[in-house]
Amino acid sequence: MFDHLNVVATSVFVVFFGLVTGLGFIASRWKAADLDHIHEWGLGGRRFGPWITWFLLGGDLYTAYTVIAIPAVVFAIGAYGFFAVPYTIIIYPFLYMTLPRLWAVSHKHGYITAGDFVLGRYGNGWLELAVSLTGILATMPYIALQLVGLEKVILALGFSGQGVLQHAPITVAFVILALYTYKSGLRAPAMISFVKDAMIYVFIIAAVVIIPIELGGFAKIFAAADAAYAAKIAGNSKLAAGVTLTPGQIGPYITLAIGSAMALFMYPHAMTGALAASGSKAIRFNTMTLPAYSFVLGLIALLGVMAIAANVKVSSPQDAVPQLVLWAFPDWFAGFCFAAIALGALVPAAVMSIGAANTFTRNIWKPFIHPAMTPREESVLAKLASLVVKVGALAVIFLMPTQFALDLQLLGGVWMVQIFPAVIFGLYTRWFNGWALLVGWAAGMIVGTALSWTPTAWTPVHGLAWDAPFVGHVDLGLHFAAYNGLTAVIVNIVVATVLSLVVRTQAADETAPADYEDSAVAAEGGASPAFPL
Amino acid sequence: MRHLLLWIPCAIALWAPLYNITEPTLFGVPFFYWFQLLLIPVSALTIYAADRLRKA
Repeated sequence: MFDHLNVVATSVFVVFFGLVTGLGFIASRWKAADLDHIHEWGLGGRRFGPWITWFLLGGDLYTAYTVIAIPAVVFAIGAYGFFAVPYTIIIYPFLYMTLPRLWAVSHKHGYITAGDFVLGRYGNGWLELAVSLTGILATMPYIALQLVGLEKVILALGFSGQGVLQHAPITVAFVILALYTYKSGLRAPAMISFVKDAMIYVFIIAAVVIIPIELGGFAKIFAAADAAYAAKIAGNSKLAAGVTLTPGQIGPYITLAIGSAMALFMYPHAMTGALAASGSKAIRFNTMTLPAYSFVLGLIALLGVMAIAANVKVSSPQDAVPQLVLWAFPDWFAGFCFAAIALGALVPAAVMSIGAANTFTRNIWKPFIHPAMTPREESVLAKLASLVVKVGALAVIFLMPTQFALDLQLLGGVWMVQIFPAVIFGLYTRWFNGWALLVGWAAGMIVGTALSWTPTAWTPVHGLAWDAPFVGHVDLGLHFAAYNGLTAVIVNIVVATVLSLVVRTQAADETAPADYEDSAVAAEGGASPAFPL
Repeated sequence: MRHLLLWIPCAIALWAPLYNITEPTLFGVPFFYWFQLLLIPVSALTIYAADRLRKA
């Protein structure tokens, strides 16, 4: 089990990992408040200013899995993996427009999840349930994939256990994570993300400066990559790969960027991170400064072509980054980089489990099982739910093949987009009917899942021509393939619109137009941030 | 008006055929990669500009 262990790298890894997770336990005393209240445990008391929010959201959205998976796609097929860049470009102008409205209305009415807002806006408990279940369902495999990222770096340290022992290190890491999340709530990942993000920046800056020098410059790197993709295509004529996009990849590239951007802030963990901000000022500030992480993500993607040029030998593309790090750096620095990636798994895993726990407590348990919960009971249940969610993710890793988690994560994105109409349109208008949105959601879920299924594997894109049951051959005549999440949400919106035209309801709307404006908060004397940060 | 400004970087980022070329390279990096990387700070500045317009 320890025969091939890289002792120097492992020691550095353990020291950094231990020091930083220690912060997670101290975090409960930071901005001290009553953690027996779900607003405090699950949302940090909505007191995170611009900079804390920057670190928290950056650490939350740009996950360890991203650091492993994006360069893995570039390593395997090239330019296509760069879709993460247009995806993270278009998301911030969109967030600049929408998030301050969501924050204002949530602050005014005490909402902590998307489900809370949807219930308040449309007065429809079933739509709230649909929105909430979608979030929890999509989040579970996402947490499991953080574990995959963690396991990849531990494997690269030379740890090679058999059977149950194979997963021993991530189990230990996850137990630590579960304990400090339970104790400190959202304060823990917020505090850890300071150090973790700084470590990721050091790792990436060192990598993009040193590795190209070692490899003789970017011209040589891209020439090697070009040759490698050409060799791959020669071996498999069906494969699309290259330093630029093939004509058939352009449609998927664009639609994947749009669909992913629509999905991102529908996830409970993104919503949790944003609603924990102290005000719309902090949110607007972050839409201008979070692109710094997108830039780093673009550089991380380039590690994929560097790994090709370095000629690393891997059994799976997901090992490309860890192996490149081992190839390029001395052992002690490799240990530092691996600790950065591992901590990069724990911050989002913590926020995701908190987001899912808040959703479960507020939108499933409270309305459907036990309506008369006290704030203290809410907090206790949310803490327990966060433990259950993490055990569930660990079980996925233990019991299922990794491919299962990957497939579920892919479908999770497709599903997550389906709550976009209810949440985002709801920020601007109450024209849509709650029941119509619910039927639209169901249609989108079915279409998206059906499009993703093929006899051999789940795939995220599909040509815009189908042989549909009962309908026959449908061809939109656009002659390109599109991301299923986007195709499905268009069906979803059409259904919701048509039904809203037909059926008008008088369901209650507890929000008023002014609640969405900044002035609503100012009128109450602001969010009164207790700290200048 | 200011929201129109926000659409510009989005439109460029999604117009993949526009930048799906290798030349000109920058420090050996094909156009496809450095152009999109450059677009990130440009879009952040656009948001900043839109925000200044909001306050003005």
